[in-house]
Amino acid sequence: MSGMQGAKPNRLAQPIYLDYQATTPCDPRVVEAMLPYFTERFGNPHSRNHYYGWEAEEAVEKAREEVATLIGADAKEIVFTSGATESNNLAIKGVAYFNRAKKNHVITVVTEHKCVLDSCRHLEQDGFQVTYLPVQKNGLIRLEDLEAALTEQTVLVSVMAANNEIGVIQPLAEIGALCRKHGVFFHTDGAQAVGKIPLDVDAMNIDLMSISGHKIYGPKGIGALYVRRRPRVRLQALINGGGQERGMRSGTLPTPLCVGLGEACRIAGEEMVAEAARLTALRERFLDGIRARLPETYLNGDALLRLPGNLNISFAFVEGEGLMMGVKDIAVSSGSACTSASLEPSYVLRALGVDAEMAHTSLRIGLGRFTTEAEVDYAIDHIAEAVSRLRELSPLWEMHQEGIDIRSIHWSEH
Amino acid sequence: MSYSEKVIDHYEHPRNVGGFAKDDGAVGTGLVGAPACGDVMKLQIKVGADGIIEDAKFKTFGCGSAIASSSLVTEWVKGKTLDEAATIKNTEIARHLALPPVKIHCSVLAEDAIKAAIADYRKKNGLDESSSR
Repeated sequence: MSGMQGAKPNRLAQPIYLDYQATTPCDPRVVEAMLPYFTERFGNPHSRNHYYGWEAEEAVEKAREEVATLIGADAKEIVFTSGATESNNLAIKGVAYFNRAKKNHVITVVTEHKCVLDSCRHLEQDGFQVTYLPVQKNGLIRLEDLEAALTEQTVLVSVMAANNEIGVIQPLAEIGALCRKHGVFFHTDGAQAVGKIPLDVDAMNIDLMSISGHKIYGPKGIGALYVRRRPRVRLQALINGGGQERGMRSGTLPTPLCVGLGEACRIAGEEMVAEAARLTALRERFLDGIRARLPETYLNGDALLRLPGNLNISFAFVEGEGLMMGVKDIAVSSGSACTSASLEPSYVLRALGVDAEMAHTSLRIGLGRFTTEAEVDYAIDHIAEAVSRLRELSPLWEMHQEGIDIRSIHWSEH
Repeated sequence: MSYSEKVIDHYEHPRNVGGFAKDDGAVGTGLVGAPACGDVMKLQIKVGADGIIEDAKFKTFGCGSAIASSSLVTEWVKGKTLDEAATIKNTEIARHLALPPVKIHCSVLAEDAIKAAIADYRKKNGLDESSSR
């Protein structure tokens, strides 16, 4: 018996990376494009008076154009930032504060990234009203809920394009149309979506969009905020200084990082269709493989309206952190309380109506550009083995097999 | 988070996994925790006629530290009387496994599990709390 209970030793030198929603490696082409700007072409792009500045500025403006092209925007509408967290802060607080004399209501969604939710809480503490829309079981908002929440006081709606935990994609075009009809600005946190699904700021009536470099095979420490010019969206800058980025974000632009973001966007645009098809196939392969090996697995979030490479699966009766310990050869993350600093299970999963127990049993798997079929097959085997082993250890699995309804038991919580 | 060697050892080679028949008069069963909290431990003790715990088994739904805490406890209770087993403290478990502060509650649950198993055995055998067996 002990052979079944004992875990197999690591077989790989380095774990297989399946956490592409957490971050991505730089594409080698991105690194190559960036390198000259660290040591040879190191000028400050705002140095207007000499060649070093001009060549840096040229590179930054080319990158700006590349970012804009990916989302159907004009280069003048792209503001470089330190990442999507800063972009989200700038969009939400910047627009709210600029308009506070006339309007003081913001609408967002319970499943947004912490930086959006925390920015909204900050606004609430400063006297703004915020509505947090619920989501349906599949993770999507109801357009009727949004319409009902809109008031004369609403200045901004912020709904993320694709969720980082469950990968679901919100109905952006419909949300944009609704916002346009009511004269409300529409911001979307596009960190997980840009470069992975087609986005067009005009077709979708998007007024502001946050972009993250390290989610699309670009470097960490850089992002951008799309800010519409027609009709003009104005915002109060968060960072004051020399007035760079049309006064919206002061600070010397990090030339190599901007170049990296631009190159990452260029590659993403060119390879999006083929990559999405490849990742969707791998994702389905993974899901089919797991379901063939294990009973009682549940996909969290809409099965179709999700990012090509994302899966979020609950493995009933097995706790997520314990499971991750048993699959050391693959790098994934979990919605379990044990893996969060606060010991609370994932608020995103709870918002879907997933009960706490199932939230504890979840794994998030993110496939990406460099994931191979062999890695997916290995992961299926490895996860299936670990889940089976842990189910043998689990009193909940035992009860389930005996036909006991776990929900009927009075637990002695402490 | 990095786990201590002992936690990893218990996780990869858990001791005494399994169960005894719940209705066996010599068996005491403790079921503690809650699925909603992400931690459930089932600890069972088999007590000999001489009042010594002769065997113990566990099953746990929980993280590596929870599994290790309950596995460790099945080793520690063997050969002890019920009173002796009831003195096992979560602090000893936590120290032995080098649990970080955020995982101390796993050791607390393991201590609760022992006490629950002992209480169940005593109740089944008509012994009150103060019986010295």
